[in-house]
Amino acid sequence: MSGKDRLPIFPSRGAQMLMKARLAGAQKGHGLLKKKADALQMRFRMILGKIIETKTLMGEVMKEAAFSLAEAKFTTGDFNQVVLQNVTKAQIKIRTKKDNVAGVTLPVFESYQDGADTYELAGLARGGQQLAKLKKNYQSAVKLLVELASLQTSFVTLDEVIKITNRRVNAIEHVIIPRIDRTLAYIISELDELEREEFYRLKKIQDKKREARSKQEAHKAELLKKGIDVREVANILDEGDDDVLF
Amino acid sequence: MALHSAIRGKLISVIGDEDTCVGFLLGGVGEINKNRHPNFMVVDKNTAVSEIEDCFKRFLKRDDIDIILINQNCAELIRHVIDAHTSPVPAVLEIPSKDHPYDASKDSILRRARGMFNPEDLVR
Repeated sequence: MSGKDRLPIFPSRGAQMLMKARLAGAQKGHGLLKKKADALQMRFRMILGKIIETKTLMGEVMKEAAFSLAEAKFTTGDFNQVVLQNVTKAQIKIRTKKDNVAGVTLPVFESYQDGADTYELAGLARGGQQLAKLKKNYQSAVKLLVELASLQTSFVTLDEVIKITNRRVNAIEHVIIPRIDRTLAYIISELDELEREEFYRLKKIQDKKREARSKQEAHKAELLKKGIDVREVANILDEGDDDVLF
Repeated sequence: MALHSAIRGKLISVIGDEDTCVGFLLGGVGEINKNRHPNFMVVDKNTAVSEIEDCFKRFLKRDDIDIILINQNCAELIRHVIDAHTSPVPAVLEIPSKDHPYDASKDSILRRARGMFNPEDLVR
């Protein structure tokens, strides 16, 4: 990045104060965002660990559920079409709640039972026990999957937010703060330059004045030598009245 | 809509082979809405990929569905559609089917996580 990259601002004391305030603000913001990113990252890792754990567990639960389905089929006979055709209302539904992590809302799913079992009478003739077990297995599978779904949703959301936050942190650290620093350096160098110029100007004026004074002294001395005393001659306009302002 | 959906519970939809669907329906997730659209889809060997894709997209569009369960072998067929779905809701979950064991390395979500965990950890 070139050293020329700085904010377009007129170098003055006021601007310097402004820049200093902005630098302080940027540093504060950087610290806060970094903390936020860390908090999110921590939560993210936790969720990731849980997801992997739950996914493995899901494999087990699904295997068991599938096995109990086979068991039920063996005792009851094929009931696939009966089940598929008799769908009416969902018994298990999902509620969404919101969880807040460092200002990021994460949806949390929660399953709940709603209404009666549609397949209450399924397996009445035979295999009722197997069917009950099957239902229970699949219900627990659903519960697990709902949990997994909320973890996964949090994962996706957090992933996105972490990316954005890190981008901001990096932007502040590597673009905004250096730019303000450069602007400050520029302002300081310009102010120094101005000061040097001013100093030089003052010196110059002093020189000129001294020169003028010495010239006048010489002139007076010359007049004195000729016999004209100008030392005590006051200005005609000067009335000697100190009180008069104008 | 948010208030509305908060009162009315959301649904879980299933895309998968017959046995998976039957299992989850017995678990009580199935629902047929007023327009006679079910929230599940049975995929057999004669089902075209485009059909699964359309169904998946339809489920994504429905605002009463929060979670989509899909068999991993079906998910493989429409992988590009699943990868293109990036918003958190509805959540797409890949589940193992009866005759295809679960392969963690194929999962869309876990593939994104691979940068942070090495593959040995994933199949642990």
